[in-house]
Amino acid sequence: MDLILHVWRQAGPTDRGQFVRYEAKGISEHASFLEMLDILNEDLIEKGEEPIAFDSDCREGICGMCGLVINRFPHGPQHGAATCQLHMRHFQDGDQIWIEPWRAKAFPVLKDLVVDRGAFDRILQVGGFISVRTGAAPDANAIPIRKEHADLSMDAASCIGCGACVAACPNASAMLFVSAKVGQLGLLPQGRPEHRERVLRMIAQHDEEGFGTCTNHGECHAVCPKEISLDFIARMNRDLFGSALAASSL
Amino acid sequence: MQGLADGYFVIPYTIADYLARVGPARTDVQHPAFDDVKREVMGRNAMLLNVNGRRTVDSFHRELGQIVWDSCGMARNRQGLERALQEIPVLRERFWKEVRVPGNGEELNQSLEKAGRVADFMELAELMCRDALYREESCGGHFREESQTEEGEAKRDDERFTHVAAWEWTGPDSEPRLHKEPLTFEHVPLSQRSYK
Ligand code: SF4
Ligand code: FES
Repeated sequence: MDLILHVWRQAGPTDRGQFVRYEAKGISEHASFLEMLDILNEDLIEKGEEPIAFDSDCREGICGMCGLVINRFPHGPQHGAATCQLHMRHFQDGDQIWIEPWRAKAFPVLKDLVVDRGAFDRILQVGGFISVRTGAAPDANAIPIRKEHADLSMDAASCIGCGACVAACPNASAMLFVSAKVGQLGLLPQGRPEHRERVLRMIAQHDEEGFGTCTNHGECHAVCPKEISLDFIARMNRDLFGSALAASSL
Repeated sequence: MQGLADGYFVIPYTIADYLARVGPARTDVQHPAFDDVKREVMGRNAMLLNVNGRRTVDSFHRELGQIVWDSCGMARNRQGLERALQEIPVLRERFWKEVRVPGNGEELNQSLEKAGRVADFMELAELMCRDALYREESCGGHFREESQTEEGEAKRDDERFTHVAAWEWTGPDSEPRLHKEPLTFEHVPLSQRSYK
């Protein structure tokens, strides 16, 4: 199939950036969206032009590196899938496709479609850990965990940290991401020791990074490749309330 | 496989133990090792950017991948490995003469990142083939076609190969040096694996 692409090109963080029109010709419907961009890039390099910068790593929906806004939707038209899991069969010959980076103050564009998601790393650094003893790994079944909690924690743990929730949110809030991390760790006994401070510290860091506040639009859930539930935000708000109370009564 | 590759089994015994012993200490970029590495990397980047040939990094990556796929896969034999060991150095030489890396080294440059990696892969692929050629037995997940039982099962050669082969880097164009780290089994005798 032949496609017309309008791709956001931006030389660096301080450049204004603009859409540039490209033609991608003879693309197989079996190609993935990112392979389509690879093919275009090979063409560009052969013509002596600079290829389009975009991020990806695993290309199987598990690492969270990829992320493009495709025709206005973070990760494109497909639900419950990351950009790398999108295939060209979802498009028609002759389609026009608009491709943009995540847009949020806390995710500055580094180049073209690549944004700096270091803010997520810093949020994880203040709370995304548990304390463990060094030495031999404990026996897997030594600590009993309620099945419901194990399942819920597993759901939260499927967040790959891609940042689509931020790109979709009118407030550029990262609450779905933070709540997934707080939920994943706080639901398990191993995560309890730091639980109170974790919520407070991660939310404080979230705000400091310049993400907005959550006003329950739910756009995040709609685009999340792992379909993380909004319930985690509600759960985190309850944790936050409890932690704030506990902190003030100390 | 994930357990092996991601280190689920190994990490608790190694990294955590290591961290518990070293304690947190400041790392200092003033150390001369940092300067050396920086100089080396910058020099290599400049070389890659200055080749200015006609072929993309990806095209070399694919060609290298095909050689390794064909000759150093799950099943391999002497003939194929010897062929790969002739083909890879030729491809590597062409890479350094014909690759085109657009852009510069001052900003995010994914082609340059890739070029550095593919340059590494050229060396690693050669080493893998060299090691595979040296190990004339079928071992682990790998099947050396010349070493099989009458029924076509993998056949180890414990006499000659009960060791880990560690290859020492001796410079860009010289052959790596082999060090044998013996594997000793005290409580369990080695026997032939059987899935029957
Ligand atoms: S919550 Fe969903 S959209 Fe947000 S970072 Fe995690 S996986 Fe991505
Ligand atoms: S590239 Fe890893 S999730 Fe898309």
